[in-house]
Parts: sequence; structure tokens; C-alpha cells
Amino acid sequence: MRAWSALAIVVVLLGVAWVASGTGGGQAVIGTVIPYLAVALFLAGMVARVIGWARSPVPFRITTTCGQQRSLPWIPSATLDNPHTGWGAVRRMVLEVLLFRSLFRNTRSELRPTERLVYESDKVLWVAALAFHWSFLVILLRHLRFFLEPIPRLVPLLETVDGFFQLTVPTLFLTDALIVAALLYLLGRRVLNVQLRYLSLAADYFPLFVLLTIATTGILMRYVTKVDLVGAKELAMGLVTFHPVVPQGIGTLFFVHLFFVSVLFAYFPFSKLVHMGGVFLSPTRNLANNNRARRHVSPWNPEVKVHTYEQWEEEFRDKLVAAGIPLDKE
Amino acid sequence: MYDGGKIVAGLVVFLVLVTVPVWLNALAGGTPRAPELELPRDESRCVEPAAVMRATHMELLDTWRDSVVRSDDRFFTLEDGRRVERSLSRTCLGCHDRKDAFCDRCHDYLAVSPYCWDCHVIPEGGTALAAAGGGVR
Ligand code: HEC
Ligand code: HEC
Ligand code: HEC
Ligand code: HEM
Repeated sequence: MRAWSALAIVVVLLGVAWVASGTGGGQAVIGTVIPYLAVALFLAGMVARVIGWARSPVPFRITTTCGQQRSLPWIPSATLDNPHTGWGAVRRMVLEVLLFRSLFRNTRSELRPTERLVYESDKVLWVAALAFHWSFLVILLRHLRFFLEPIPRLVPLLETVDGFFQLTVPTLFLTDALIVAALLYLLGRRVLNVQLRYLSLAADYFPLFVLLTIATTGILMRYVTKVDLVGAKELAMGLVTFHPVVPQGIGTLFFVHLFFVSVLFAYFPFSKLVHMGGVFLSPTRNLANNNRARRHVSPWNPEVKVHTYEQWEEEFRDKLVAAGIPLDKE
Repeated sequence: MYDGGKIVAGLVVFLVLVTVPVWLNALAGGTPRAPELELPRDESRCVEPAAVMRATHMELLDTWRDSVVRSDDRFFTLEDGRRVERSLSRTCLGCHDRKDAFCDRCHDYLAVSPYCWDCHVIPEGGTALAAAGGGVR
């Protein structure tokens, strides 16, 4: 199974991070140099990838259409599933990005004991994907408390909603439980389902293991082996104000967490995770279906030399007149 | 580039969002400082070493609460002989008598908002309460 090689890499990284986090020098590197490098790679990599996509020509609109195309005014058209205007495409994109509308149509095929192949709707993947991505977003936004001073009102608001049940001290955040559950489902799906296991590459498992490590170390820090959060915030503020500091005695686990976050950021643009930017540039989603209404000229059409009837008539005018053939232009 | 204008605009929005902490802090100005805590004047020791308290005081309070409300075990003795009542308002705030200049400064710095004060009182002049029978002796 290709999961093993991904797991091996993560275990090695964990070992390196763990040993380095135990030493002062290691903490200085993980707390200053590595985050800067990772973010620089992330930003430059993302920009390069998006520019690369932007430079590929899209001469013809290849939108996926899941409803009636717009034609005659009295035939109702599916403006969301087959948008014919830019704004229609925007509405479709918003729903795609926020609610993963195309994943909602996910199906799965299965060979039943009766030897019949059946296709059925599979909403679990959609639910797990939503749970993961939204939890991730909420966690990232809540983390702004480490990076901003003063802290925007949004953060306590999110904490109140997220800690709604007021279980445990410190209060349990629902997104912490959700993100782990969702990640375990996404991993389990690849490991347990035979077809998916056959399709999965190490590059499919690696991000899952990295994310699980980040979530686990974060959760351990909050609920089990505590770290000094004042120190953690000083370090984070130092990074974003470009006066990096590494306070003493924050705790080993914090540096392991930070190291894996850096790994994730550095890896992001070079992996399937770029779909974060890619979804916005999917030509099957982000274009209006106006292929018939408008003329789209391919940019690599060779220049065709044309000789119109008008020009031809002009060229043979005397001969045509002599032969008594009627002319368009007298 | 097809739709180059829109794509570049999108990229700019992305870069601005990702770097939110950098420019928001720059706009807010000033170098960020860790909160200044007002420590008790007439006491020099907490119930645990300061480094331990800093990271784990919420867990300590949790065990105190469990001891009190589940086994009615309200007092214990520290290694140095001080007798401590397991009480949030009387003991912690007995020494740290200015919650707003101690607990809150730290909690505001990290957007922590304990809901304990929905029920527990914030004593005014904690030492007086401690003298009335609770706290540390
Ligand atoms: C050195 C800074 C600091 C000081 C001083 C401090 N706290 Fe805290 N407190 C924290 C941090 C940080 C957390 C959040 C811990 C976490 O998220 O892992 C916290 C969490 C808590 C919690 C749990 C909150 C929750 O989410 O359920 C309680 C209760 C609490 N503190 C009580 C107090 C009291 C009472 C005092 C004053 C006597 C106090 N703290 C002083 C930093 C501090
Ligand atoms: C719903 C109301 C309520 C909330 C919220 C609440 N408590 Fe209490 N707490 C009580 C009651 C009632 C007692 C029992 C008082 C007694 O028997 O002396 C108690 C007792 C305690 C005690 C031991 C007795 C004492 O005098 O302090 C501690 C410690 C304590 N709570 C800590 C906490 C902490 C920490 C929080 C916040 C994370 C919290 N409580 C939130 C109602 C509450
Ligand atoms: C006997 C008085 C006393 C009591 C009772 C007491 N503290 Fe303290 N506390 C102190 C003193 C003094 C310090 C500073 C110790 C030092 O700097 O070495 C301190 C330090 C702390 C710190 C670390 C602050 C820092 O420097 O970052 C925290 C957090 C804290 N106390 C919370 C609490 C909580 C929560 C309670 C109740 C469980 C409590 N204290 C009860 C006297 C007390
Ligand atoms: C990909 C980005 C990150 C993810 C997914 C992530 C995830 C998590 C999770 C799930 C927790 C558990 C508690 C909570 O939900 O608040 C946590 C806690 C924590 N994270 Fe992160 N994290 C990320 C980035 C960072 C960064 C860059 C820092 C650097 C400052 C950081 C510092 C911390 C600290 C100090 C805690 C402990 C919080 C506490 O005790 O309350 N994290 N993280």
C-alpha cells in the first residue's frame, strides 16, 4: 500500500521536528527561518501556478452543463446549472466554492452480490469534505488571535459559537472534533475501499497524514499537555511584524505543530492541494455557456488568405461584361 | 492571458487575505508587548510555581471544582504548610485581587473568555473575603 511510504515520510519528519524542538537552536530554526521559508514558497508557488494556468488559452468554452441551455425566450433555461451570463457563472462559482455543489452529485458504483452493477448517490464524501474544509477555515480564523493585536471581534464570536457546548476546561471547540473525524473518514475511505486504495497514491495520503499531525498536536496542546500561550503569541507576533523572537519555555509540542504547519505550507503549491486556487480557474465551471450566442475565435487559427467574390468580380470585370454575365456592382 | 484582468485581481485579493496579519498589525502600529500583569504585593508565591500556573491554571481550577462539588473536599495543605481553600473567588482572587489587571489582561491578549463569571462572583477587595474565612492561611 502506498500509504506506507507517505506515513514513513511523516514519521521521519516527526522525529526530526521532535529532536530539533528539544534544543534551543532547533527551536530558533523552527520558530523563525522555517516559517518564513515556507510562507515564501507558498506565496511564490501559488502565484506561479495560477499565472501558469492563466497563460493557457481557453479559446472555446467547455462548461459542464447540467440543465437546459438558454435558447428561445419561452423555453425556461437553467440559469444556475447552465449559466449564459457572467453573473450566472459567478453565482455558480460561489455555490461551488462554498458548498462543493458538484461533489453533491457524487456517485459510487458497486457490484452487488447479484452480479449487478449499481450506481448510487454517495453524499457521505460531500458531508465529510464540507466538515473538513469549514472546520479548517474556522480554526485558521480562530488562530488569528495569535497573529493580531488588537484581536478582531470575529475571533471571540467564532470561539463562542465553536465552544457552544462548554464541555471540558478549556472549552471544547466543535471544529477540533469535526476536523479529526472528517480527516479520519477521508483517510479511512482510501484505506478500506478496495477500488480507492488501488487509485490512491502516496501524494494522496501524505497531506492527510500531515493535516492529522497538525490537528493532533494542536489538540494535545489545548487539552492535554499545555504550552505557554503567551510565549506562543509573542513568537507569532514576532513573525508577522518581522521582529522574530523565540521566547523560552513555550513547550516542545508547539514547535512540532509549527514545523508541520510549515511543511504543509511549503508543500501546498506543488501538490494536489493547489486545488484551492485551481477551483477558481476551472474552465468547466467558471465560464458562461454562450458558445452559440457569441463567436469565439481560436487564437491559433492560421491566417487564411481569402479572395472574396467582390474582389474576384473586380478582377474579371471586363471578361464578365464581355460575356454578358450580370454583375453585382455595375 | 484570457480574462487576465480578473485572474490578476483574484491573485491580488488572495495575497492581501493571506498577509492579513502583516498589514493589519502594521496599520495598528506600535510594537506588540506581552501583557503586563499586576502581581499580588504582599505575597510572593502562587499555589504552584509561576511557570506551571501560567500553562495549567485552568486544569487546576477544573480539578478543584471536581473535588469540591463531587467529594466536598474543600481544603488541602501545600508542601510549605499553607492551608488552601479550593475556591475560585476566595482563593485565586483573594491574592490576585484585581481580576481586570491580572486574569483579564492575559485573557484579552489571547481572546480567552472563561464563562465562570456567569455564576461566580468577582469579589471587590478580595483580601477582605479571604480574611472572612476562605482563601489561603
Ligand atoms: C499568563 C496569562 C494568564 C493569566 C495571568 C491567567 N490566565 Fe487563565 N488562561 C490563560 C490562557 C492562555 C488560557 C487558555 C488556555 C488554552 O486555550 O489552552 C486560559 C484559560 C483559562 C480558563 C479556561 C477557559 C476556557 O476556555 O474554558 C480559566 C477558567 C482561567 N483561565 C482562569 C483564570 C483565572 C481565574 C485567572 C486569574 C486568577 C487567570 N486565568 C489568569 C492565560 C492566563
Ligand atoms: C452554572 C453556574 C456555574 C458556572 C458557569 C461555573 N461554576 Fe463553578 N461552581 C458553581 C457552583 C454552584 C459551585 C458550588 C459552590 C459551593 O459548593 O461552594 C461551584 C464551585 C466551583 C469551585 C469550588 C468552590 C469555590 O468556591 O470556588 C470551583 C474551583 C469552580 N466552581 C470553578 C469554576 C470554573 C473554573 C468555572 C469556569 C470554567 C466555573 N466554576 C463555572 C457554579 C458554576
Ligand atoms: C497566596 C497568594 C496566591 C494565590 C492564592 C494564587 N496566586 Fe497566582 N500568583 C501569586 C503570585 C505571588 C504569583 C507570582 C509568582 C511568581 O512570579 O513567581 C502568581 C502567579 C500566577 C500566575 C502566573 C502569572 C505569570 O507570571 O505569568 C497565574 C496564571 C496565576 N498566578 C493564577 C492563579 C490562579 C488561577 C489561582 C487560583 C487557583 C491563583 N493564582 C492563586 C499569588 C497567588
Ligand atoms: C495549517 C494551519 C494550522 C492548523 C490546521 C492548526 C490546527 C490547530 C488545532 C486543530 C488546534 C487545536 C485548538 C484549536 O482549535 O484552537 C491548534 C492549536 C494551537 N495552534 Fe495551530 N494550527 C495551524 C497553524 C498554527 C500556527 C501557524 C501557529 C503558530 C502560532 C499555531 C499555534 C497553535 C497553538 C499555540 C495552539 C494551542 C492553542 C490552545 O492551547 O488553546 N497553529 N492548532
